Amino acid sequence: MTEPLLRVRDLKTYFVTEHGSGTARAVDGVSFDLYPGETLGLVGESGCGKTVTSLSVLRLIPEPPGHIRPGSFIEFAGRNLLTLAPRELRAIRGNQIAMIFQEPMTSLNPVFTVGDQIAEAAIVHQRLSRRAARARAIEMLKLVGIPDPAQRVDHYPHQMSGGMRQRVMIAMALVCHPKVLIADEPTTALDVTIQAQILELLERLQAELGMAVMLITHDLGVVAGSADRVVVMYAGQVVEQAPTPELFARPLHPYTEGLLASVPRLDAPPARARARLHGIPGQVPASSDWPGGCRFHPRCPYAWDRCREEEPPLLDASSGEPGSHTVRCWLLTEPQRRTTRPGP
Amino acid sequence: MTSSASALVDVQGLVKHFPGERAFFGLGRPRAVVRAVDDVSFAITPGQTLGLVGESGCGKSTVGRTILRLIEPDAGRVLIDGLNLLTLGSRELRALRRRMQIVFQDPYGSLNPRLTVRQTLAEPLAIHHLATGADAGRRIAALLEEVGLDPGFATSYAHELSGGQRQRVGIARALSVEPQFLVLDEPVSALDVSVQAQVLNLLADLQQRRRLTYLFIAHDLAVVKHIADQVAVMYLGKIVEWAPAARLYAAPRHPYTTSLLSAVPVPDPMAQRRRIVLTGDVPSPAHPPAGCPFHPRCPHPKKDARCRTEPPALREVAPGQLAACHYAEEPL
Repeated sequence: MTEPLLRVRDLKTYFVTEHGSGTARAVDGVSFDLYPGETLGLVGESGCGKTVTSLSVLRLIPEPPGHIRPGSFIEFAGRNLLTLAPRELRAIRGNQIAMIFQEPMTSLNPVFTVGDQIAEAAIVHQRLSRRAARARAIEMLKLVGIPDPAQRVDHYPHQMSGGMRQRVMIAMALVCHPKVLIADEPTTALDVTIQAQILELLERLQAELGMAVMLITHDLGVVAGSADRVVVMYAGQVVEQAPTPELFARPLHPYTEGLLASVPRLDAPPARARARLHGIPGQVPASSDWPGGCRFHPRCPYAWDRCREEEPPLLDASSGEPGSHTVRCWLLTEPQRRTTRPGP
Repeated sequence: MTSSASALVDVQGLVKHFPGERAFFGLGRPRAVVRAVDDVSFAITPGQTLGLVGESGCGKSTVGRTILRLIEPDAGRVLIDGLNLLTLGSRELRALRRRMQIVFQDPYGSLNPRLTVRQTLAEPLAIHHLATGADAGRRIAALLEEVGLDPGFATSYAHELSGGQRQRVGIARALSVEPQFLVLDEPVSALDVSVQAQVLNLLADLQQRRRLTYLFIAHDLAVVKHIADQVAVMYLGKIVEWAPAARLYAAPRHPYTTSLLSAVPVPDPMAQRRRIVLTGDVPSPAHPPAGCPFHPRCPHPKKDARCRTEPPALREVAPGQLAACHYAEEPL
């Protein structure tokens, strides 16, 4: 197998809580690999640590109150991003690893034209002249499917719709042809017809430019349609990781199973369309107060004594290549305890 | 969807146009009128759920608010059990308000941060002279239990609750005056999926137990499929398709409905689906296109000059199914 482009090992990002009394362990020992050209889906509900993970990769965590713990390791192209000097880091951030954010309304600067904002990265990182950078900005607008790019380059963000602004964000991120694109809920704020346009655009650009994409989303439908592999996060940890078809066909962690059962489905047969949803009881705990033992045990329908006392490691459940499907759950050691799922 | 005697809620020809604001800090030319709701009619029978779907700006929330007169409509009739809401005086309106309540999308913005849960729930009871003192306390405890909250939450403030808990308080507040009809305006779209499932189950239970009638406004077609008996699809202030839920999802007739359904991501990586990707954005409701409002984005192969000039009427194209498309007989 090819070497990973990005290797995250035992990432711990902690925050000092408001009153300075406690520690929020937002990301607590996360490891995963991102391979060239693939799309990796990072899934979970709010508060599970997926956004903090992606911000940590780019070292965009505000310090204080946050800090990445010693022992964490993020390797990109053979170098540990966490020990790079600010100058070296700047040469990578926005150039080789770029990011798009959820809010296209607030992530663009309202007082600069979209052309200036797209051109900035090309001027800083690639030392293009203003004229060449402007030409590049027009080229990028055309690439992301904005009509009349030569006119639009001089427009301000408020003159554009939400979908257009998200296209501008993508153009900004891709202007230096990054090797890795981190997309944090890129379609969550958009209507479904616009979401379909943006997902299709990202797919096309990935095929054309050959970059790896880390797609952060809470929407299992988006993951099913776009990701090659999925990492499921809960309470600051990876709880399951598998190739996409495998994860949906054989979800092994009770949290993954519960998430899939919670979603009302458009493809449900009419007889089952109105059936009760098997939700997950309770809610995601606070990151300053993760439960002991398995962090999911208070919400888990299968939990027994061991789950309350001992934190499970990531166990290998692969049917194919070793390590391709891992699960943080004691059920793997005692599969007979996975009885029919109790009712909601 | 034509008015019927058995309907609890009967909306006829509802219109709400917002005057265009003047450009340049109120000094410039007045902008065009926004036709947020443009001749909308529907009826809901008791105990049923009508799902009202559409993308942002289509006017679905304005419909929900105008039929409760939280926004005054410009024209039309809203009959609740035969009484026209729009001609009532303020005292009569207040009495009728007991029978219809609303739950808002944002569980963070719709609760007063300075009130405890008990105060929030006691207010409607006092306004409608339903209960005070110890009697109110008992009713509040029962309400909290009914929406799945421990009665101990009565002394909490909104900021101490999670999003799902707040939404349960919002539902309890709406239920406190024992309404027959609830407008649910995107009640689960701000919630995480696991909590969303809990709240959808709760709404289904309450409907059954209390024989409630729902207008369920949402942009998520999968959620609406799960909860609605009838579905109306809005585009630029108008209903473009109406059908029983099973029918709408199995055999949509309007190309907008078909495209919307095809764009919803399905959590199944093996699903073989044809995704119709619409080009362009939803036009501004201040400048709706002439003819069929959907024609600039319409993927229908038969699209022609008639679509650009003649607005299609909402008509019955199959038993119980209405669509506003010249080519509804030949769906995509």
